[in-house]
Amino acid sequence: MKHLLTIGDLDRGELEELLDHADRFAEVLTRSVPKVPALRGRTVVLAFFEDSTRTRSSFDVAARRLSADVINFSAGASSLNKGESLRDTVETIHAMGIDAMVVRHRSSGAPHRIAEWIDASIVNAGDGWHQHPTQALLDSYVLRKRLGSLDGRHIAIVGDIAHSRVARSDIEAFTALGARVTLVGPTTLLPPTLSPWNVEVAHDLDAVIGDLDAIYLLRIQNERLAEPLIPSNREYRDRFGLTAARARRLRADAVICHPGPMNLGVEIDREVTANDDRVAVLDQVAAGVPVRMAVLFNVIGHGRFDDTPSGGDEPVPAETNEVHS
Amino acid sequence: MTTIVLRGGQLLDRSGRRSGDVLIDRETGRIIEVGPGLSGDDVLDATGCVVTPGFVDLHVHFREPGDEVAETIMSGSRCAARGGFTAVVAMPNTDPCTDSASVINEVLARGASALCEVRPAGALTVGREGRALAPMAELATLGVRIFTDDGNGLQDDRLMRRALEYAGSIVTDDGVPVVVAQHCEVASLSAGGVMHEGEWSARLGLGGQPAEAEELMVMRDIALARMTGTRVHFQHLSTAGSVAMVRAAKAGGLPVTAEVTPHHLSLTDASCAGFDPVFKVHPPLRTEADVAALRAGLHDGTIDAIATDHAPHAPETKEHPFDQAPPGMLGLETALAVVLADAGVSLDQAVALLSWQPAAIAGLADRHGRPIAPGEPANLAVFDPEHSWTVRGAESASNSDNTPFEGRTLNGRVRHTIHAGEPVVIDFEATR
Repeated sequence: MKHLLTIGDLDRGELEELLDHADRFAEVLTRSVPKVPALRGRTVVLAFFEDSTRTRSSFDVAARRLSADVINFSAGASSLNKGESLRDTVETIHAMGIDAMVVRHRSSGAPHRIAEWIDASIVNAGDGWHQHPTQALLDSYVLRKRLGSLDGRHIAIVGDIAHSRVARSDIEAFTALGARVTLVGPTTLLPPTLSPWNVEVAHDLDAVIGDLDAIYLLRIQNERLAEPLIPSNREYRDRFGLTAARARRLRADAVICHPGPMNLGVEIDREVTANDDRVAVLDQVAAGVPVRMAVLFNVIGHGRFDDTPSGGDEPVPAETNEVHS
Repeated sequence: MTTIVLRGGQLLDRSGRRSGDVLIDRETGRIIEVGPGLSGDDVLDATGCVVTPGFVDLHVHFREPGDEVAETIMSGSRCAARGGFTAVVAMPNTDPCTDSASVINEVLARGASALCEVRPAGALTVGREGRALAPMAELATLGVRIFTDDGNGLQDDRLMRRALEYAGSIVTDDGVPVVVAQHCEVASLSAGGVMHEGEWSARLGLGGQPAEAEELMVMRDIALARMTGTRVHFQHLSTAGSVAMVRAAKAGGLPVTAEVTPHHLSLTDASCAGFDPVFKVHPPLRTEADVAALRAGLHDGTIDAIATDHAPHAPETKEHPFDQAPPGMLGLETALAVVLADAGVSLDQAVALLSWQPAAIAGLADRHGRPIAPGEPANLAVFDPEHSWTVRGAESASNSDNTPFEGRTLNGRVRHTIHAGEPVVIDFEATR
């Protein structure tokens, strides 16, 4: 795999392999020195053309845990503000000699364009409303851990599907891994058509909540109110929020996910986040690092996991399994 | 007298096909004689070719004045000539726009030495802002016959009514009425849309322009054409619903005409899958069903003209993400070959749609799209239907290279073009 641009580029086997690799990197992170030299000498640029704290930090940690050199590039400090084209900007960065570029951009498809312009591995860290593949991988990772498998599981994704790269990626990952996905929200927050995906739709959360293995709540952004796509946060919470009352109707072994940051009292109530161990939000954040290690290793690593003895306790290829501080 | 003879071709005009050479007087710019075995000072070989009246493009963007990096009237006219066009209507969205006599005169002056006739369209409203009528009657005295705010639809219902009433009352010196042409797009519905709203916009996470953004304005303007009795010309129709409404309006005897572009007859929204903004255009590329409806509209006469909406953009402006790049694509040099390949029409039908039918809409029927006969203006295209070529934006005569047909091999190409008696394209290349 040279790039990771969309979840749809991966088949089920490739998805599962990445999750398996993430498992092994998770083991690395439990060591006293949680770092391997797998990407020693490799340079990863974090090219964030849109603000991000969590995703950027997560990639930064993941790359450093693999001993990569990390360059942080942010649009605010760049010549993009001087009218330079995106192509000129990324070609300039590439000319410094890099192996991978992790791209976050507010425009859908920006990483795809960059992948055509420069000869480096491109990892999509979120593009517009389009895709956020590492988020979907870490969500799948958490759900697999908690549920054992996604096969045949019923997952509802609730909220602003239309403007969500997380939703588009999660739909593709969850269905590829065998889950049944129901999208829940008012039509104003759904894409104009759902024909690209094998999903069901419900406009009444209460009608499906008792049947769910997992509920994935999306963030409601204030600009959706301004447009307006929903009348008020109050009405949204009444219809689609995970209130304590609704949480009681959710199965005891169900999983509650949210990509963060959460609007408490809108898509989820504080009472639920504070007291309910079905909430997996911090697991999701924690999973980001090993999942992104797996992705970076996969796109620019020197070797393959298949090279290591099966059942061995070395989660990285033989030539790189010495531990450096 | 210097003469040229087009030798060995088949002639195709409104009266059909026949064989014959065409003898042209360069000085008068007129055809002297048509028939077998003619001789002249210069000979242009037309063996195996079809000689047709020159084409008329109702819809080009030549970017001058304002954005000469993307195109100039000269470079744009070179594209036109290479596509077989002998006249074009240049859209008003220049900077400054063509809402005043001075800008119209500027475009006319620069067009005087171009490789084809360049007729500026007048802006319909001041600044193309949709608030106040442009001085249409004054611009009409300068020869403007098409008024449009192209790039914008005229949103205000009341102002559109007044524009039609006013246009319908303008008396021109040649008796040719002025035409109000509309870019149909209800801005509040299309806002935020960068491609067709549908399966592909959903998948790609790009904002969509629903078909209804176009169709609602077509519907309104048909109603206003009925109300005012003034002709409305619909620009670059792109949806099945629009075609159906125009068909019904024509059946009801209303004064409406319509154009479609080669790209809307050829490409769909699936082209946007790779996020390449060369496929970004307004109105957006639509679905297979829309393409099929546009083709059907060509066949049954609902659509009167093929117009390219030739819209050059400098390469650097397309080196941005899809949503940030400007909409528009080149079209002049590839128009006929793409139409023949993809629109399901014969050469004879295509020439009608590219030549005398648009000439009539543009008020140019006295000198373009004419019969190939002695005494007629020598505005001619010589098309080689056998010539196979591969489209390369870099080889375009345009200052830009944003063709959506890059790398495609097409059959058939305009070999020579004669504008007002002057060979402006010889053997596929512009002569100046």
